[in-house]
Amino acid sequence: MLPFTVYFSPDVFFPQNYPLYIRSVPSQNELKFHYTVHTSLDVVEEKVSAVGKSLADQRELYLGLLYPTEDYKVYGYVTNSKVKFVIVVDSSNTSLRDNEIRSMFRKLHNSFTDVMCNPFYNPGDPILSKAFNGIVSGMMVQTS
Amino acid sequence: MAGSQWELPPELCCRPMAFVALTGLDVVYNAVHRAIWDAFCANRRADRVPISFKVLPGDHEYPKCRTKRTSYEWYIPKGILKTGWMNKHLNLVPALVVLFYELDWDDPQWKEKQSECATKVEIVRTSLQGRNTKVAVVLIQKKTPLPPGEDLVASERASALCNSCDLSGKSLFVLPHTDHLVGYIIRLENAFYEHAQTYYYTEIRRVKSHKEFLNKTTHQLLFVRHQFKMAFLSELKQDTQNALKYYRAAYSLVHELRAHETNMLEIKTMAGFINYKICRLCFQHNTPLDAIAQFRKHIDLCKKKIGSAELAYEHSAWMSKQFQSFGELFDEAIKLGLTAIQTQNPGFYYQQAACYSQDRKQMAQQLCQAGMTYPSPDPLDTQSGGLDFYGQRPWRQGHQSIDPTDPEKEKMGILALQIKETDVPHSELIIALLSNAVAQFKKYKCPRMKSHLMVQMGEEYYHAKDYTKALKLLDYVMCDYRTERWWPLLTAILTTALRCAYLMASVKDYVIYCMELLGRASTLKEEQKSRIEKNLFKVLMNKVPEAEAECDPASVSAARSLWTDRMALSGSNEVMVDMQDYIPFIQCKARFQSPSFHVDQPIQLQVFLRADCPHPVSFSKLTVSLSNQEYNQWCVAESSGQDSMTLLPGKARCYDFSFVAKTEDVGKKVEMTGVEMMLGSDSGRCVFLSWRGAGGDAASTQEALQASRSSRRWGRGAEARQEPDWDSLTLQHSTMIISRVPKIRVQLCHQPPALTNEMYCISLSVQSQEEDVARDVKLTAGLKPGQEAGLGQSTHVTLDGSSVCDDNAPALLTDVPLGDLKPGEKLEKCVYMKCVSTGPRVFLFHVAYSIDTAVEGRHIVCKCHKDETVTVETVVPFEASVKFVSTKFEPLERVAVDIPFLLMTDVVSSSPCPLLLSSSCLQLQTITSNTPQLQSQLQQVVLQTGECASECFCLRCPPGTSSSNTVATGQYVISWRRKSSGADSPLIQTTVSLPHVILESVPLYVYADLPSFGRVRESLPVRYHIENRTAQVQEVEIAVDPSDAFMFSGLKQVRLRVLPGTEQQMLYNYYPLMAGYQTLPQLNISLPHCPTSTSPALRRFLPQRIFVKPQGRQPDDASIAAA
Repeated sequence: MLPFTVYFSPDVFFPQNYPLYIRSVPSQNELKFHYTVHTSLDVVEEKVSAVGKSLADQRELYLGLLYPTEDYKVYGYVTNSKVKFVIVVDSSNTSLRDNEIRSMFRKLHNSFTDVMCNPFYNPGDPILSKAFNGIVSGMMVQTS
Repeated sequence: MAGSQWELPPELCCRPMAFVALTGLDVVYNAVHRAIWDAFCANRRADRVPISFKVLPGDHEYPKCRTKRTSYEWYIPKGILKTGWMNKHLNLVPALVVLFYELDWDDPQWKEKQSECATKVEIVRTSLQGRNTKVAVVLIQKKTPLPPGEDLVASERASALCNSCDLSGKSLFVLPHTDHLVGYIIRLENAFYEHAQTYYYTEIRRVKSHKEFLNKTTHQLLFVRHQFKMAFLSELKQDTQNALKYYRAAYSLVHELRAHETNMLEIKTMAGFINYKICRLCFQHNTPLDAIAQFRKHIDLCKKKIGSAELAYEHSAWMSKQFQSFGELFDEAIKLGLTAIQTQNPGFYYQQAACYSQDRKQMAQQLCQAGMTYPSPDPLDTQSGGLDFYGQRPWRQGHQSIDPTDPEKEKMGILALQIKETDVPHSELIIALLSNAVAQFKKYKCPRMKSHLMVQMGEEYYHAKDYTKALKLLDYVMCDYRTERWWPLLTAILTTALRCAYLMASVKDYVIYCMELLGRASTLKEEQKSRIEKNLFKVLMNKVPEAEAECDPASVSAARSLWTDRMALSGSNEVMVDMQDYIPFIQCKARFQSPSFHVDQPIQLQVFLRADCPHPVSFSKLTVSLSNQEYNQWCVAESSGQDSMTLLPGKARCYDFSFVAKTEDVGKKVEMTGVEMMLGSDSGRCVFLSWRGAGGDAASTQEALQASRSSRRWGRGAEARQEPDWDSLTLQHSTMIISRVPKIRVQLCHQPPALTNEMYCISLSVQSQEEDVARDVKLTAGLKPGQEAGLGQSTHVTLDGSSVCDDNAPALLTDVPLGDLKPGEKLEKCVYMKCVSTGPRVFLFHVAYSIDTAVEGRHIVCKCHKDETVTVETVVPFEASVKFVSTKFEPLERVAVDIPFLLMTDVVSSSPCPLLLSSSCLQLQTITSNTPQLQSQLQQVVLQTGECASECFCLRCPPGTSSSNTVATGQYVISWRRKSSGADSPLIQTTVSLPHVILESVPLYVYADLPSFGRVRESLPVRYHIENRTAQVQEVEIAVDPSDAFMFSGLKQVRLRVLPGTEQQMLYNYYPLMAGYQTLPQLNISLPHCPTSTSPALRRFLPQRIFVKPQGRQPDDASIAAA
């Protein structure tokens, strides 16, 4: 049904976790997804801080399934600069296994890197890049 | 009760324990029996066997056992599990009935008692007809029994009793009523427990044996029932492993049942029961993952089994209950030591339960129309008052076919259920579940989840029309979302909060939420904002605002009347809102134009305002409050009549204020304590928006940071634009008031470096460039405070340069009045510094005065001051060195008493400027001058840099001074001054201490009288004096060594005696043979009786060499004549 992607501002510069980009496929009931993503940050933060203590450099960026809900699966990914990506997928969607999710995150990360390389982009501003948007749309179409 | 319909029955949730009935005990009147009963009941801790005891009368009627079915062939079950079954086995049908009977072995009426006992046993047996319940007899005895085998009477009577009661020997017990009651009771208990286990074991076997009679077509329900019963009995038997096995089997069987609309509820109910039992046992076995897996499976299997569409809410209610009870089990397991984690904790289950309860509420609202009349006769009424089977409909109990028997009855039943559902306090249930979940998430470090659930709670309170509580919760979490900067979520919460505020007619809250919803953090659409803004203006004009969308119409009308009442009330029409905590629609940034202002300049202050709302906002007053409230009057902008102050959407507007600082505030900070803006008018309602400090709100810090990052990247692109870039406007909340710029010239004139101890003159000239008279000119001069600590003591400042100042002079002269200074007038003053130690010093010259000026038409007296500092290095003027030498100019280690020696002084100038040495003098101690008058040889000598002035004095240590001692010799005082200083300037006395000397006395002193030079071939008379300085007669041997340079006449070798205190003279005539410096013939003196004074020691007093001039070239005739 949907992948639902979000990217958050890096922790390195901001203590906050405000969204830079949020997109969801069925746009109705979007608020619920906002809440889902927001609450998933609890787990992301916990995982990142738990890992940070032991093996900081060899950290796996992909955090895997964050927490189970009845209807959705929430996956997380954190870059080395603590930029967070979250994908929410309908739990009935069985075509998306761990590997697919992982590669989706990698794609997002690459695209995000491109956004950051744009000299006209000011880190911390909402992402309005068409290219980024295109990548996300592409993934959503693919999986729906 | 419709609400409790979904509660799990208590007999399901309790821990099943073997049921043992005790009869024959009179616990009310018989103290012994009471004690026995208490021993059974009291202290039932985990170490005691799990039995539930009950005291029943001897003739208690146990539930009748139905006749056992021999064949199931024609039997069609009416349901899965009877509602009474569990309770029956827990509390009604005992596994063992124990008959207590008071009988001692040696009872005189043994026969009678024995038969009475047998009768009692028979009564019990009869009432248990058909059951496998065991019967046991306990004889309460007064005497302590003998060890087994010893009491022959006892064993004989025991077997007789067993026979008459038809009991096996294992079922007869003796309870001596002695001191060790509890110990006996525990042993009895264990025996009972064994009996009970056997009972349950046979029961399980019995249920199991039914299986072979069943067939899969008609008896499906019985398969489930039997498995459940076996599991339950196993639990009673405390065999939880097998119980779990049977429950699992029952669970899979229950899902194999043919499910249709009529029995869906029954299946789900039973599935729920069994699932509960399985999860409970899994947690008990410490396999929580199994429990979770079972629960997930259960939910997945049952999620889609909605059942009747008209009663769809029932499914949600049931689901909610499943999650809730699992959450409770989980929580209970945690309390018993299980550890949960962030992503797997009971909170999730409570949350999901709440979620289903919300679904239930929604569906109930859709399905259950209000206003229907409750059908009569009540279809939910049953004859027994309850149901026969779990999960069946009251109007068609026992009905197992696919279609309902009576469609009309079915309809009535559903209607009745729907009407009952409307009475359910859904919101209460939801809130209770949510608050359970909140407590869990708080425990497992999920702050955001907690906030989210609190929002849901708030919303639920809103639905339940408890707006106060709703607002309290929403307000609490809003600030989290604000700091997290999740605007869509904040907007959603604000929207709900606004509705609450509207429905409560709470003016202040309404205004606050309106303002924030209009602000930049709100993600509302423009038209919604426009509507909200209009409402806000209505409130400001003391009118009733339009209702919020999606509000319950009944509540709206109630709210409207509330608003009208509120509006009619006068008095409380002022609302104060603190903007710092919100992200309001008007942004404010205030700043002083400069971080500091001179007191004679007007202080300028700008307030920038920007409205983010869709329509222009006019306001009536803008005030800035400052730390000194006297200035507040100047920082007020008020709209007057037509000239209203209006903010256009998205445009920043700047308001300028300026005021004149008070002269008392010089050196102080003026801070903005707040900016206040008044919306509305006195006639209507006014809202004061107040910003603490210099404005800014909950989001502006972050925005400023972001703006600074972007501007750092792109440079100041903002300058090109007309309007200032709002985000990069910085706040300047305080300014310093500094004194007026002085218009005087202060010049210092001096000749560095300063010399140690000198009265160093710094001449100060002050020239006024003011246009008015500078009054009260005061000078503070001296060492600048705050330097090295020791400098204060070693520096002295005075205005009097005529004499050297003493140590009492201060390091800093303060407030020396210099009078008034007319425009252009010049004033000079010399300040003298005396620096005792070397090193750099900073001197401060602080000239202060006051002057009248006018700033913006106001006359003020300004105090101005000008500081000049100068760093002066202090150096030593000269180095003075002193040394003692012998008359032969040889350095002296010791000074011999009463023998003349020389003092040499050197004064080397190290001053860069010429020094005038006025005079010097010796102040002797111990020693005296060898010459009658000591006259200074340094009178009025001028020393240039590096030049040296030396003096030489001949001194002698007077006789009688104690010898071989170190003594002070006195001081050398030099009077000097700078050559450049005036003749009247004081002389500085520099004292140099003369070195201490070690005195010695010599026994024999030898000295020679000889001319200063000789001439070749001319007689050179030399007289040697030999003084005996001891009290003894000294024998002296004297010998003269021959020398090439001299011929001589006199005693070559002699031995003589010198009397104490006298001297002997030896005269020699030397006749030099060679010119130049010649070594004199050496005089060897030895004292045979005093070997310490050797010849070399004495020789140091004697001259070694003499200069011999060549023979003069006199006219030859003269020499001839001499010849």
